[in-house]
Amino acid sequence: MNNNDHVSQNIENEINSNDVMLFMKGTPVFPMCGFSARVVEILNKVGVKFGSVNVLESDEMREGIKIYSNWPTIPQLYVKKEFIGGCDIITEMFESGELLELFNTNGIDVNPS
Amino acid sequence: MPMTVKQIEQFIKEAIPDATVEIEDLKGDGDHYSATVTSKSFTGKTRVEQHKMVYDAFNGKMGSDLHALKLKTVSE
Repeated sequence: MNNNDHVSQNIENEINSNDVMLFMKGTPVFPMCGFSARVVEILNKVGVKFGSVNVLESDEMREGIKIYSNWPTIPQLYVKKEFIGGCDIITEMFESGELLELFNTNGIDVNPS
Repeated sequence: MPMTVKQIEQFIKEAIPDATVEIEDLKGDGDHYSATVTSKSFTGKTRVEQHKMVYDAFNGKMGSDLHALKLKTVSE
């Protein structure tokens, strides 16, 4: 298994083991970028449990996730293994109520604060 | 190397000829912009697909030369 396969296998494992999975810069407690912080804030407001990976810890992951999703920026949110979007799309969906609906239709527990 | 408003508009229009593009420079550093792109070619596409069309217009420069582009896509 070459390096790229190794990275995409890691990505798949993360996505498969978390209904809601956020690839971000930093951590939910210490986000290192405004866009990542914004998505964490939204997920916390909706009150959904989510897994996260700090892509700053590995250049391979930081580039690998962009290749995996064919999306050029971080953060990236996945719900039930499907790529949902980055900060702009998640913000738009949150403001229109679509994000809550997406979690409900996917049977994901939410606890809006 | 940061980008100018003109360059951003040019990239998008070359890839999406019928697009109308409104760009706002958020920080004046050539690296943080917001853009609203309107085009018929977005019709029937998901938001992710629409945004990918715009990102692809930058031929790999999105996320490198251009750090942040707050994007809103509108299909007529």
